[in-house]
Amino acid sequence: MAMLLGYELIKKIPPTLHTPLMSGTNAISGIVIIGSILVITSSSSLTVNILGFISLVLSSINVFGGFTVTDRMLEMFKKPKKRDKD
Amino acid sequence: MDSIHIILYFISSILFILGIKMLNSPLTARRGNIISFLGMIIAIITTLSYVEYEISSIIYIFSGITTGGILGLIFAKKVQMTSMPQMVAIFNGLGGLASSLIAFSEIIKVNNTISFNLISVSILMSILIGSVTFSGSITGFLKLQSLITGKPILIPLRNYFNLLILLSAIGLMIVSVLYSGNTLIFYTLLGVCLLLGILIVLPIGGADMPVVIALLNSYSGIVAAFTGFIFSNVALIISGSLIGASGLILTRIMTKAMNRSLVNVVLGGFGATATNIDSEASDKNYKSGSSDDIASLLEYSENIIIIPGYGLAVAQAQHSLKELLDVLENQQKNVLFAIHPVAGRMPGHMNVLLAEANIDYELLLDLDQVNEKFSQTDVSIVIGANDVVNPAAKLDKNSPIYGMPILEVEKSKSIVVLKRSMNPGFAGLDNNIFYNEKTLMLFGDAKDSIDSLNKSFKELN
Repeated sequence: MAMLLGYELIKKIPPTLHTPLMSGTNAISGIVIIGSILVITSSSSLTVNILGFISLVLSSINVFGGFTVTDRMLEMFKKPKKRDKD
Repeated sequence: MDSIHIILYFISSILFILGIKMLNSPLTARRGNIISFLGMIIAIITTLSYVEYEISSIIYIFSGITTGGILGLIFAKKVQMTSMPQMVAIFNGLGGLASSLIAFSEIIKVNNTISFNLISVSILMSILIGSVTFSGSITGFLKLQSLITGKPILIPLRNYFNLLILLSAIGLMIVSVLYSGNTLIFYTLLGVCLLLGILIVLPIGGADMPVVIALLNSYSGIVAAFTGFIFSNVALIISGSLIGASGLILTRIMTKAMNRSLVNVVLGGFGATATNIDSEASDKNYKSGSSDDIASLLEYSENIIIIPGYGLAVAQAQHSLKELLDVLENQQKNVLFAIHPVAGRMPGHMNVLLAEANIDYELLLDLDQVNEKFSQTDVSIVIGANDVVNPAAKLDKNSPIYGMPILEVEKSKSIVVLKRSMNPGFAGLDNNIFYNEKTLMLFGDAKDSIDSLNKSFKELN
């Protein structure tokens, strides 16, 4: 079902926005951040905690960096205020 | 986890879907991204609200998110728009690695004992796909950054070899269940999977990078979904599948734009057949012009189409191009931009660069819209592009790009090609456009060429 939904969503997106689409979906795939949190809170073993911590750092980079850079790109797609001619 | 948490997870998934949907227009796209981010925040807070803490885990979590968040912000603010493909590749790789590490810590938690059930299979699949995503993305990054050659690196019998490695990875997964408790097997599995990722991406040429990046993007979603199965976490499963699916569809759109199958791209070796053409090329005649020649040609033209390619991105010439656009538009000329779906090094890369230079996105036309316009065009200016305008794609059945839809610049009255040298482009193919009698070549770095063009133009007026 997610496949179908994905198809419906993606095919409507113009090629102009494919790069922001990729970096945006990439940021969403940083949802593994939840997995990292679950790892850390589910065990008191030091090894597990360290692995969880590293994966938390990595997925946070993915999430926060991904959304920020996508925003930076999309900001540029604002309609230029005035055009030289019509 | 109570039902309230599940509802919140669903809300966050819906926000992701809504956010992606709003990317269908440049007007709503930015809000869409913010909505997706909101979805992410809800998912994180929901998770934090039902797990049980020890003091140490609070420290780990907050310092982890802060460190990663700050690093991410720094990367995101500093990266240049021309390096977006590398940026996406790296972020992708990090996501993959994070999933692998999660799977690994799950293995440690159960003392290496796994059995044949959903959780164990998900753990193993997370390791497989996560590490392939990681090493593949890093290899892709190194290629994009030209730290290793962007040309396909071909190992003899590589496809059999890769198949063998994939089979041994699957074999190791089975063995790890049968002989559960053996740590060494997991490390071997990890090593084999990392090797597989490298070997899959190595033979893929620069022109195919957009497809690979889209595919790896999809993997990072799939691996998130598997991670979701480990923890029976709906947010991970839904969002992961969504990203996995959207990545696959984007990959499909890309391969379609190149008229190649995904299998064909992944099997690689594209562009490796062209070496014999180079020697012929040097014998053919081409006309090269000065920036003054081209400026006066443009002076007498009315309809102009600009075809930007990767050369423009490398030279950071987008702002100079905007200057040229302004000059031409001041003279009441009709200027349009033709964007091939695989121009640049990732899907839609050119559009971002031109948007960065404040060029109105409504001037950017894609393949279908623009091809009918070339016959009424006075001058087509090809800037640092090659394969996307190569008529061999239509005429030469032996050409590796045969069948790829191209921008039909040869239909316009004259053609100007801005190019660094006569060396073949990324795919290593020669292009008959350069020897067309309608064509003027201007050699040099794209930015320098456009700047000198602007200068010549100003002197004319």
